[in-house]
Amino acid sequence: MQQVFPDIKGRFGDFGGKYVPETLMGPLQELEEALDEAMSDQAFLDQYHHVLKEYAGRPTSLSYADKLSKQLGGAKIYLKREDLNHTGAHKLNNAIGQGLLAKRMGKKKIIAETGAGQHGVASATVAAKFGLECKVFMGEEDIRRQELNVFRMKLLGAEVISVSSGNGTLKDATNEAIRYWVANCEDHFYLIGSVVGPHPYPRMVRDFQRVIGDESKKQFLEVESELPDRIYACVGGGSNAMGMFYPFLQDPCELIGVEAAGKGIDTPEHAATLTKGTPGVIHGSMTYLMQDVNGQITEPYSISAGLDYPGIGPEHAHLFQTKQVRYESITDKEALSALQLLTEQEGIIPAIETAHALAQAFKEAAEMTPEQTILINLSGRGDKDMATLMEHFQEEE
Amino acid sequence: MLTQTSFQGKLTKTEDLFIPFVVAGDPTPELTIQFALRLQKAGADILELGVPYSDPLADGPTIQRAAQRALQQNMSLTKAIELVPKLREAGVEIPVVIFTYYNPVIQMGYDRFFEMLEENGAEGVLIPDLPYEESEEIRGLAEEKGVEFISLVAPNSDTRIKQIAEHAKGFLYCVSTLGVTGGSNQMSAETLSFIKKVKEHSQVPVAVGFGVSTNEDVQLVREHSDGVIIGSKIIRLIEGELEAFENGQEEEALERFYQEIHQLVK
Repeated sequence: MQQVFPDIKGRFGDFGGKYVPETLMGPLQELEEALDEAMSDQAFLDQYHHVLKEYAGRPTSLSYADKLSKQLGGAKIYLKREDLNHTGAHKLNNAIGQGLLAKRMGKKKIIAETGAGQHGVASATVAAKFGLECKVFMGEEDIRRQELNVFRMKLLGAEVISVSSGNGTLKDATNEAIRYWVANCEDHFYLIGSVVGPHPYPRMVRDFQRVIGDESKKQFLEVESELPDRIYACVGGGSNAMGMFYPFLQDPCELIGVEAAGKGIDTPEHAATLTKGTPGVIHGSMTYLMQDVNGQITEPYSISAGLDYPGIGPEHAHLFQTKQVRYESITDKEALSALQLLTEQEGIIPAIETAHALAQAFKEAAEMTPEQTILINLSGRGDKDMATLMEHFQEEE
Repeated sequence: MLTQTSFQGKLTKTEDLFIPFVVAGDPTPELTIQFALRLQKAGADILELGVPYSDPLADGPTIQRAAQRALQQNMSLTKAIELVPKLREAGVEIPVVIFTYYNPVIQMGYDRFFEMLEENGAEGVLIPDLPYEESEEIRGLAEEKGVEFISLVAPNSDTRIKQIAEHAKGFLYCVSTLGVTGGSNQMSAETLSFIKKVKEHSQVPVAVGFGVSTNEDVQLVREHSDGVIIGSKIIRLIEGELEAFENGQEEEALERFYQEIHQLVK
């Protein structure tokens, strides 16, 4: 019989759990009870799917990248278009689920951490839609890199709190959001944006993102009559990948998660957590992370703010250890070339995060046969990255 | 009835405890020893020796800053434990509790960790991000090795208070308010009834921390519990003397530090 993960202690094999200060144990317990109750209430699930359809615009399309497939001369490439989801990325699926749960729990205020700003925007969006107060914690370096999303969040009525500790990126924003939650847990709901953090967050976020994989499977069978040979998704914390992979775990498809290799995995500047990291605890969860010999967490690097995270969701750590998913890494440079190629061939500008999955898929597609098929989760659109791209491509000229 | 002796027989008091917290290596390992001596002189019964961590989730900005200063001195879990015999040599006799986040312990490994505690003579350990449910194995090991594994309990621990309190060793760390360290503190009726509940179930002294920063706070905590834990306030006093240390006025600064602590806990 297939084992169900996470188990009752919130573990995915050796990973997961709850490694948090005592003051958070109560709120996590409260959350878990409310979540279990909601997920077994058909009315709640119907409401979630209704909002996804009527407000977010789901299901998102499955597009066949005909020109690109032809040019690469290998496998047929399909794209799951999460970029067409309202707010421009997969992040909203989870924010809607948790936003509805917050309302159901009677919490009027939400807090969120954000890296690229996509989760911050998604949280600010559901806060506006559901009538909640919203604070978004964001590292000061990310605020600089993602100016446009900062403005979007403010326009949506959220308060953006700049975090200057550490490198001023996602890790530090998450620390600060957790600290704020510890002090204000009675009336605040912490809306985590990825499959990270203490139990039950990794499970909850996966379950609110699995709609990506569920839809993809149905859509793929409609056009190809069989499942894709390989499925690709980029992995920072890993929510778009978990959402895409989870419904396919028992199928004969090969699943490939793509991490950020930054300036190269042989340099200190990367965010390839599984490729180069070791097991330990980060943000309340046992998983793989980037750390030094003394167990101090080290600073990652990636051109993409959304992948610039030294940990990874505990379920990915488990899938890595059990070899159910293959994990690869892609450099800044490779990602940017893939971004350009997709833009020119298919008229779709992807997020830089997504471009990591594209780059790995394009490499492999060329060596596959035209009878084979691949599916790439196009997790978000690139509008938010224009400033970074302009800076980069101008430097190149 | 409270347990009469613990910490390998070194703690014989069960009430009116003063438990200060310092970060090892803030601003230097040598000065940590000097602070410990002054704290002992001011009546400290147990020393919490903090190990600096890159991502201290339970700590506010004050202790985060102290951790950053100590990390700049290359302080680590290994070096913090190795500081214990140096504290002894200098004359610190009170029990020492190693206060560390969990990840450095994982990297060291439980075997090596307990071996080091034994070799260096540390009597206790506190891991703020290892709650009761995740700590069964290490609690067992600590008991076997004669090391006190200090547990924390919070007002919202709720139904878990009884379980945590009944299994507590050494002393029980009562988090008086929700929040990170260094916050403000008021003893509400709720807090008082929480402390009372904890005391009902605990076999060890119940000490209160988080937000204790004035002599009034200390008096209040003393009245209602078995001990007072002071962390951020001590760090702020140390911070106030950083310039003096840099200017070579070490003796004067240490004397001022002692006087401040003395006034705080008198």
